[in-house]
Amino acid sequence: MKLFRRNLIRPVRSPRPADAKDDPIHVRIRNLHKSYGDHHVLRGVSLDVHRGKTNLVIGPSGSGKTVLMRQLVRLEAPDSGELLVDGVDFAKLEGLDLAARRRTFGMVFQMSALFDSMTVFDNVAFPLREHTDLSRKEVRDRVMDRLAALGVAGASHKLPAQLSGGMQKRVAVARAMILESEILIYDEPTTGLDPITTEMVDDLIVEAEEMFGVTSIVISHDMASVVRIANYLSFLHQGQIAATGTPDELLRSEHPATAEFIRASRVTLE
Amino acid sequence: MPDAVPNASEPPEKTSKLREAAREGADWLAKALLAPFVEIGELSKLLFQAVFWGIRPPYRGRLFVESMEFIGIGSIFLVSLTAVFVGGVLALQLVDGFRDFGAENQSGAVIGLALAREVGPVFAALMVTSRAGSAMTTELGSMRVTNQIDALVTMAVEPVQYLVVPRIVAGFVMVPVLTMLFNIVGVFGAFFVAVSLLGLDPGVFMDRLRWLVDWDDVSQGLIKAMVFGVSLTLIACRQGFYAKGGAAGVGRATNRAVVHSAIAILMLDYLVTSLVLGEGFF
Repeated sequence: MKLFRRNLIRPVRSPRPADAKDDPIHVRIRNLHKSYGDHHVLRGVSLDVHRGKTNLVIGPSGSGKTVLMRQLVRLEAPDSGELLVDGVDFAKLEGLDLAARRRTFGMVFQMSALFDSMTVFDNVAFPLREHTDLSRKEVRDRVMDRLAALGVAGASHKLPAQLSGGMQKRVAVARAMILESEILIYDEPTTGLDPITTEMVDDLIVEAEEMFGVTSIVISHDMASVVRIANYLSFLHQGQIAATGTPDELLRSEHPATAEFIRASRVTLE
Repeated sequence: MPDAVPNASEPPEKTSKLREAAREGADWLAKALLAPFVEIGELSKLLFQAVFWGIRPPYRGRLFVESMEFIGIGSIFLVSLTAVFVGGVLALQLVDGFRDFGAENQSGAVIGLALAREVGPVFAALMVTSRAGSAMTTELGSMRVTNQIDALVTMAVEPVQYLVVPRIVAGFVMVPVLTMLFNIVGVFGAFFVAVSLLGLDPGVFMDRLRWLVDWDDVSQGLIKAMVFGVSLTLIACRQGFYAKGGAAGVGRATNRAVVHSAIAILMLDYLVTSLVLGEGFF
């Protein structure tokens, strides 16, 4: 009967070089383009994502941040360009090959995107039940461990609608990390949250990076979060990376649009 | 001597505006005329994907059972209630009509035939559309606009396989079952009205029904029910799965799903009847 339970979408070991883990650059995006009809949104994005660090992509509304995120996790296929993850070009993967490698990425959506018909426990257990042959007890132990690490074990029996925004984010992070993905992507994680919850979510991103050693990519326009959590920062402007570097470097950037964005957000390193 | 213009009575900018309006009108008309074919293309694509993913493991039995329970068990009361009244009104009309020329004893036969071949499958499918089809569109539409379907994709779970296939299979299986229920309850409703209220002989009513209605008539209705079951679930899933535009978009998708399903059921009813009877389409 195992055949009937077998998911054809199985994880595949990347044919990456043995020393890939030593490469400080985890993801290399090169000359990525994406258009919707006549609307050219990404106009040759090139970006390095640093391994085991928190990498933020900031930019004004409409600059293409969410489109970039959708290409990264291959919810959409880019028109051209490279998306190299440890040497494997995700931009060129299709079908079952792509599905098999999706587990490289965990995704935390802006509105958490928890399955509202399932409890918190079932939400976090979902990827394990779909992709592993773990016993019920093993699934329960692993899920409860992860929920406890993120401080939401007490809500395991609740439905997502019964949780606050911050708790939903924690559950979404737990679900995204349960398969031990190497890269976690957060799409506008603090948008619409109050300042205290925003700080809590920022702490959560740092905690996830420190506790589980993941590479984090955060798409945001919240400059206050940038200063708190970013190890590396890139400014997306009109579909291109206008400036990139450490927060210190970017806050001193002389690129006009970057400087204007930072000035308008009234954030300083101090 | 001024330069010649195509229409000296119309200023050039007015002519170009008229041309622009005519072009937009032609575009709108072409889109409106092509829309049904585009929709049929989208439905065919989704059906192909559903078959492609439906024959591949894993087979999530729990989802199939849940969908069958939602479409089938959840519709029993509604289908039974409508069947009683539809059977009753058929009896009222036919007994009254046949009495004009003294043929009211044939009412049972005609009611049975109408229920088995036409009224049972069509009404059962319409009831499932209004109750389960609309709910399916709303559920999938909400999942789409809140990124839950995208979340499935990022977790390497094929959403067509997880969300669409169980619903289509449940429609294929449960609409015929509900049609049989409609037929049985409808006959009871008709029997009650014809015998208890209009004074027909019960033995004659049932004897005429058994005399005219045979398995071929019932199976014709069941074939239609299977086609309707696949169609209405496919349409409901397609509208929900590709919904966009937030809550308002989900509302519009649900509205479209019910209207498209009702139209599809009636059109397919004609096509399947033509095929089964071998009478040609038109």
